[in-house]
Amino acid sequence: MQIEINGDRTEVAEAITMAELLEQLELTGKRLAVEVNAELVPRSRFAEHRLAADDRVEIIHAVGGG
Amino acid sequence: MTTATQNPDRLVIAGKEYGSRLLVGTGKYKDMDETARAIEASGAEIVTVAVRRTNLGQNADEPNILDVLPPERYTYLPNTAGCFDVDTAVRTCRLARELLDGHKLVKLEVLGDQQTLFPDVIATLKAAEILVADGFDVMVYTNDDPIVARELEAIGCCAVMPLAAPIGSGLGIRNPLNIRTIVENAKVPVLVDAGVGTASDAAEAMELGCDGVLMNTAIAAAKDPVLMAGAMRKGIEAGREAYLAGRMPAKRFASASSPIEGLFF
Repeated sequence: MQIEINGDRTEVAEAITMAELLEQLELTGKRLAVEVNAELVPRSRFAEHRLAADDRVEIIHAVGGG
Repeated sequence: MTTATQNPDRLVIAGKEYGSRLLVGTGKYKDMDETARAIEASGAEIVTVAVRRTNLGQNADEPNILDVLPPERYTYLPNTAGCFDVDTAVRTCRLARELLDGHKLVKLEVLGDQQTLFPDVIATLKAAEILVADGFDVMVYTNDDPIVARELEAIGCCAVMPLAAPIGSGLGIRNPLNIRTIVENAKVPVLVDAGVGTASDAAEAMELGCDGVLMNTAIAAAKDPVLMAGAMRKGIEAGREAYLAGRMPAKRFASASSPIEGLFF
């Protein structure tokens, strides 16, 4: 299925979990936060949160800013 | 942090005490090393960070801003820079809270216009209501309007932060009388946020009675950011002490400093 990650359409496995997606992206354990379709997904739910086709995933981190 | 332990004049924001009244941003520096050195020289204890998309695939091992700012030393102040509506500002704060393990202190800014980056005060008021109700400690960027500042305080913001001039402009305090009025009316800390250009601007803000100043470009865009960071620290301290000391009244004509009595001619 296709989902959108940080604005880019990407092919992923059906019903992939957030934890699996982050592992594929080599982001496991990194300091980040995630929302799906503009709703926050807490870290504690990464393992159980399954993605659906056309989900819009945003993975964010902290950068310098004023 | 010698100033933090020796200085009894503390800034209190959302129940936490700080020795430094200079808050700094972490953007626009040449690299992480310069960022860290400038922030060190500023003596700041509260540092703003922005929240942005993670790089995927590329630069995965790039140092992260949080790695050069140890949490035991600095209080993070995630901002909502780049948000032009209530929804994105609120989402950004919730993401920041999750990113920083439940951290409640945020800098709310809802911008109204690309050219001026002036705040959209109507959206700012709405976002502040939502965030305060959601348990955030909201330090809010606003314009230099005392009425809006009063409303933001009434909503429950923990600090009101009027601009001195447009973000990144370095124009200094354009409306000092309004800043003074905001300070006089407020029961929460008032910090000038944005628009200072050099150390005397920071001192002026403090002489007006502000509780602190938040700046980024004035340090980062100086030819020597580390040197300017130190200058800003001193400007803040000088202005604060001058405010506490109470300046002499200005007079139109001279008043001799040496006694008239005992003149021998």
